[in-house]
Amino acid sequence: MNIIVCVKRVPDSGTRVRVTGDGRGIDTSGVKYVVNPYDEFAVEEAIQIREERGEGQVTALCLGPDEAEEQLRNALAMGADDAVLLEAEPPMDGLTVARELAAELEDRDFDLLLFGKQAIDDDNMQVPPMVAEILGLPCATVVVDLDVEDGRAVARREVEGGHEMVELELPAVVSTQKGLNEPRYADLKGIMAAKKKPLEKKEVELAEASTELLSMREPEEGTDGEIVGEGAEAAPELARRLHEEAKVL
Amino acid sequence: MSDVLAYAELRGSQLRGVARETVTGARRLADELGGDVHVVSVGPPGSGEEVASLADYGADRIFTAEDGEFGAYHPDALVRAFQYLADQEEYAAILFPASARGKDLAPRVAARLGRGLATEITDLEVEDGEPVVTRPTYADKAYARVGFTESPALMSIRPNVFIPEESQGSGEHEELEVDADPVRTRVSPVETSEEGKLDVAEASQVVSGGRGMQGPDNWSLLEDLVDALGPGTALGASRAVVDAGWRPHAEQVGQTGKVVSPNLYVAVGISGAIQHLAGMRTSNVIVAINKDPEAPIFDVADYGIIGDLFEVVPELTEEIRKIRGDGG
Ligand SMILES: Cc1cc2nc3c(=O)[nH]c(=O)nc-3n(C[C@H](O)[C@H](O)[C@H](O)COP(=O)(O)OP(=O)(O)OC[C@H]3O[C@@H](n4cnc5c(N)ncnc54)[C@H](O)[C@@H]3O)c2cc1C
Ligand SMILES: Nc1ncnc2c1ncn2[C@@H]1O[C@H](COP(=O)(O)O)[C@@H](O)[C@H]1O
Repeated sequence: MNIIVCVKRVPDSGTRVRVTGDGRGIDTSGVKYVVNPYDEFAVEEAIQIREERGEGQVTALCLGPDEAEEQLRNALAMGADDAVLLEAEPPMDGLTVARELAAELEDRDFDLLLFGKQAIDDDNMQVPPMVAEILGLPCATVVVDLDVEDGRAVARREVEGGHEMVELELPAVVSTQKGLNEPRYADLKGIMAAKKKPLEKKEVELAEASTELLSMREPEEGTDGEIVGEGAEAAPELARRLHEEAKVL
Repeated sequence: MSDVLAYAELRGSQLRGVARETVTGARRLADELGGDVHVVSVGPPGSGEEVASLADYGADRIFTAEDGEFGAYHPDALVRAFQYLADQEEYAAILFPASARGKDLAPRVAARLGRGLATEITDLEVEDGEPVVTRPTYADKAYARVGFTESPALMSIRPNVFIPEESQGSGEHEELEVDADPVRTRVSPVETSEEGKLDVAEASQVVSGGRGMQGPDNWSLLEDLVDALGPGTALGASRAVVDAGWRPHAEQVGQTGKVVSPNLYVAVGISGAIQHLAGMRTSNVIVAINKDPEAPIFDVADYGIIGDLFEVVPELTEEIRKIRGDGG
């Protein structure tokens, strides 16, 4: 079974986000980059499936700058077999990214295509179903349980107040959610091995984007909020203001 | 090219609350563009009638497809329905709710139509006759204004941002033929975890508890407050209490939990870590109850009480009951 996992290089979730003066993006000085946390569930799942079956190849694929080699090496250190870097600065536009990934995937042979549910920088949550649609493949998103058998997979996905089961014929696209597994830490042996694993780099020209980032801003700091009072005595006053002033009761 | 299409999300044959929000957003956009609102649904036999009620929220033309196969989410049929309509009509925009289903469906439609998609938008305007949206990025730590290079512009709207507004649309109901086959992705009907339990991401009032609650057995305190606030209210939790196993992960609000944007958010015994704020800072009115005056939750709160939650919450619950009881 061949599995391809798409991983993105993103700023660490603890990053203090500062929008640049021109409002075109965020200040990346001093930012620490990591493998998108949701993609770690995808890498882990791929490795587990390969381990259970005792056969198969796990390939990590990234569209990113040259430095994204670091994140692909992380995936290799966790246990992926080889990696491909499509070299370009990934745009915020999800469709452009999906088209680029799909163009690479079109000529590849795989049974399962794994993604994280969402990249924590742009928060687009759109690339996996777009790739599926472009390639004409079945797709389940936000998956917390995955059973892969010969030729098919059954996924459980979270929805409001419950879940739904999705049956997919392979090859298929699945995006992963927290709860699916516990991603392993790469050990020293893995990190050493990763240095020697094959990593192919290709330069790509991005197509024209379908959406355009006009500007960015930081959220308004604080509010005109106020402390209504201290202790239980303040409760009647709070209730009154919620009712009369804020009109939310 | 000024009409707007909205997806009417169903669960079984029931319209979901977010469907009215989506139509409300579409109406607002169509009014600015000087166009009509179209609505589409794909559901089980009998569901079309219910969808037709969206005329009261401004729908002018209502396209419904019914089939026994459409009782559960059917992404393949839905994509066909959207493609059919987009080929027939020239839409300026297509709106989806940023619900679990909407976020799964919208990218499929976008890729099929080859058009851009902006997810989880929190604001919508028209500039030079074109839709421009605002959407949070970096877990709500920054906001992006986004335009579209070609129409239709696809967008999903964050739940609770567009509060449903009644407005009379002409409500012409048309049946749509949509094939149930072929099926690439076969989805079973939703199994609800607890009957009728409202999801925190869609509630219009949320009461969240944090580590200050001191243990899983004290939650009846918050349940009483939820009850006093009435229908549409759900429980939420900080990650600290979810990690401690006091509450289920489905209730977690924040960067690694759900993003909520209710009309009222009450944070009880929650310090207000940046990762928690990421999940609730777009709420309309934020109330914080915390014994620590320095807690960062007070920086985003509209109203705060400094004090012991075990004393404040029962009193607040009582006062809210009084107000709501008096015809409030
Ligand atoms: C990558 C990452 C992702 C994360 N994602 C999330 C997320 O999605 N959601 C989330 O919530 N957190 C998340 N966190 C965790 C976050 O950093 C905080 O640790 C967490 O939110 C703290 O929860 P808390 O406010 O309940 O607990 P604490 O920070 O311990 O705060 C408890 C508060 O209760 C108050 N208190 C105590 N007793 C009382 C009393 N009797 N009466 C009144 N007040 C009282 C205290 O003053 C204190 O302010 C994440 C962290 C990381 C690193
Ligand atoms: N530039 C990229 N390179 C590789 N995979 C990506 C890239 N962007 C997004 N993805 C994948 O798509 C998932 C969803 O991303 P998004 O739709 O951008 O939120 C991520 O979790 C990744 O698995």
